[in-house]
Amino acid sequence: MYSYTEFDHAFLAERNAQFRGQVERRIDGSLTEDEFKPLRLMNGLYLQLHAYMLRVAIPYGTLNSRQMEKLAEISERWDKGYGHFTTRQNIQYNWPQLRDVPDMLDALAEVNLHAIQTSGNTIRNVTADHFAGAAADEVADPRPVAELIRQWSTDHPEFQFLPRKFKVAVTGDTADRAVIKAHDIGLRIVKRGEEIGYEVIVGGGLGRTPMIGKVLYEFVSQEDLLPTLEAIVSVYNLLGRRDNKYKARIKITVHENGIEDIRQRVNERYALIRPQFTGVDQQMLARIEADFGAPEFKSADQTPYLNAYDQDPLFRSWADTNLTAHRNPEYAIVSISLKAHGKTPGDATGRQMRLMAALAKRYGHDELRISHEQNVILPHVHRGDLPSVYYALKAEGLGTANIGLISDIIACPGMDYCALATARSIPIAQEIATRFDELKLEHDVGPLKIKISGCINACGHHHVGHIGILGLDRAGVENYQITLGGDGTEDATIGERAGPGFSADEIIPAVERVVLAYLDLRNDPAETFLQTYRRLGLAPFKAALYPQVAGKESRANAA
Amino acid sequence: MPKPFTPKVVTANALLEGDVIYQTAAGWSRDLKDAEILTDEAHADLRMIEASAQVDLVVGVYLADVSLDGDTPRPTHFREDFRATGPSNYVHGKQEHI
Ligand code: HEM
Ligand code: SF4
Repeated sequence: MYSYTEFDHAFLAERNAQFRGQVERRIDGSLTEDEFKPLRLMNGLYLQLHAYMLRVAIPYGTLNSRQMEKLAEISERWDKGYGHFTTRQNIQYNWPQLRDVPDMLDALAEVNLHAIQTSGNTIRNVTADHFAGAAADEVADPRPVAELIRQWSTDHPEFQFLPRKFKVAVTGDTADRAVIKAHDIGLRIVKRGEEIGYEVIVGGGLGRTPMIGKVLYEFVSQEDLLPTLEAIVSVYNLLGRRDNKYKARIKITVHENGIEDIRQRVNERYALIRPQFTGVDQQMLARIEADFGAPEFKSADQTPYLNAYDQDPLFRSWADTNLTAHRNPEYAIVSISLKAHGKTPGDATGRQMRLMAALAKRYGHDELRISHEQNVILPHVHRGDLPSVYYALKAEGLGTANIGLISDIIACPGMDYCALATARSIPIAQEIATRFDELKLEHDVGPLKIKISGCINACGHHHVGHIGILGLDRAGVENYQITLGGDGTEDATIGERAGPGFSADEIIPAVERVVLAYLDLRNDPAETFLQTYRRLGLAPFKAALYPQVAGKESRANAA
Repeated sequence: MPKPFTPKVVTANALLEGDVIYQTAAGWSRDLKDAEILTDEAHADLRMIEASAQVDLVVGVYLADVSLDGDTPRPTHFREDFRATGPSNYVHGKQEHI
C-alpha cells in the first residue's frame, strides 16, 4: 500500500484549509453560487436532487482496514449511515450538509483519503483491476503505475481545465477487469521478452456516443510511459472540442481526426517534452513499487474449508460463486457482494463497512478493494479462514452468492439521487434481483451482467452490459431502453439497441423474456448468455422482447 | 397564440442542507403544499427574481409546473414528485419527517 510522505500530508492539509475558508465564505454570503460551484466541484462536492453529494476517490480501488473504518465513521457521523460504492472506484455520500464537508475532508485526510479530482474537467481518479496483486494470471501489479499516474496527474498545472473529464484505467492482466477499452486512456501491462511495458489504448468511452478505444501504441516502455501520457493529454487539451460539451471527450477527438493523425501529433509532442523527464519519475516508481510488496502469505491447515464445503451447501454455493483463484494456491480472492437481492447495488452501511474492515484486518492482510462492479474484494484470504469469513459476512447481510450472476447488477444512482437523471435505476435493479431470486433461476442462468443507467451519460455502464438498460423520460413517464450483447472485458463490445423502450411496469417482464429465451436457445448449460448471443445475434432475443411484433411479422410473411 | 401560462411554484435547494425547498408567500418551506402558487406569468417572473437574489439561502432557483387539486399543488412530472418526497430506495429525505 502506498504510504504518504510529509509532502502529501501537508498538501492535503493545505487544500482542506483552503476549502474550509471557501465554504465559510459561501455560507456568509461573500461568495455567490457561481463563484463557489467550481471550487466545490474541485473538491468532489456536488449538489444533487435532494442533497449535496461528496465523492471520495479510492485510488485504484485499494483500501486498508483503517481507511474503510474511517469511511464507516464518516457515513455514521455526517451522513445517514451508509455509503454508495461506484463504478469508478469511488464512494459517494448522498446526504452531507454543506457546513460539515470540511470536517469530513479532514477526517478523510487522517487516513490519506480525499476528494480531489473526483469531479471537474481534469484527470479523474485512476482506476485499476480490483484483483491487482492477487490474480493468478497477472503479468504485473497495475497499482504502482496507477499510483505514479495519480501523483503525476494530481494538481498537474496544465491539466486542470481540460475540454472535459479524463479517465485512465490500468490492468496488469490479459483478462480485463478494469474496462480499459471504455476509458479515455486504457493501459494494459504487457511483456516484450522479459521487459515490462504498456499497451496504450485511447479514445474509448461510454456516455452519449459510446466508443471502444483504439490501440495507439502496442508497447511503450516503463521509462517512456509518463512522457507518452503527458503528450497524449496535451494533444487532447489542444484539439478537444471545447465548442461543444457533447463532443469534448477524447473519443470524439480520435474519431474526428483519426488515430494516425493523433499518433503523429502525440509523437511530435512527445519528442518535444521527453527531455523534461529526467528519470525522477522512475525513482519515484521504484519507491512506490516497494510499498506494494506482496504480503507475507502463510501456510496453514485447509481442512476447515474442505469440511465447510462438504457440509454446508450455502457455503459451497458462495465459495463456487464468489471466490476467484489466487496466485498462491493456498489462498483465494473473496468478492463480497453488495448486491443482496432487493437491496441498493453498491450501498454498504457503516456496520457493514466496519465488518469488512475487521475481516480484512484479521483474515485478509489488511487489504480491501472496491470493484468497478460495485462490490468489495478481500484479495488475500487463506482458504482455511474462508468459513470464518463467510459466516461473519452472512450475519451482516453480506453473504449473497451472486457474483457475476443476474442479480449482481451495476446500477447508477438514477433519479433517486442524481440531478442529471431522466429515470430511476435503483428500483429496476432491485426488482430484477428480487424477481430472479423468486424464480430460483439465477444459478442456472449463470454468468450474466445487467447494467443500468438512469440517463445517457452511462455511469452504470449499460453499453457494456450483456443486458443494458437505459432509463429515459418519454413525455413525463419513465421508459427503459434495452441493449443486448455489450461486453466490458478484453473483448469489449458496445451492445445493440433492441428496439422501442418499455415502461417501468413492462421492463422486468421484458428482461425475464430475454433470459428465458436464452435458456431455450443455449446449446448446453455451459454456453453463457453472451456466447449464445454472439452465436445467434439479436433476432431471436428481439422476437422474445417484442412477441406481438414478431407474431405480426410472421403472419405477414405467411400471407 | 402564446401558450397559456400553467400553474407553477418557485423551487430550489437550500444552501446549507441541500434540501428541496419551495417559495411561500412569506419565505421558504420544505413542503410543496405550503408553496405559493403562481398563475400569472409576470408575477411568476417577479417571484423568480426575488428568489434568485437570496444567494446566501438558496441554490438553483427555477419554476416547476404543478397541477391544482383544489388549493393543493401537485407535481406534474415524476422528477418533481421525487423531489417532493425523497428517494425510493430508503425512507430518507423529506419522507423521513412525514
Ligand atoms: C450522482 C452523481 C453523478 C453525476 C452528476 C454524474 C455525472 C456524469 C456525467 C455528466 C457523465 C458523462 C460524461 C461525458 O460523457 O462527458 C458521467 C459518466 C460516467 N459516470 Fe457518472 N455521475 C454520477 C454518478 C456516478 C456514479 C454513482 C457512477 C458509478 C456507479 C458513475 C460513473 C460514471 C461512468 C463510468 C461514466 C462513463 C463515462 C465515460 O467515461 O464515458 N457516475 N457521469
Ligand atoms: S447515468 Fe445519468 S442518472 Fe445515472 S448517475 Fe450518471 S448522470 Fe446520473
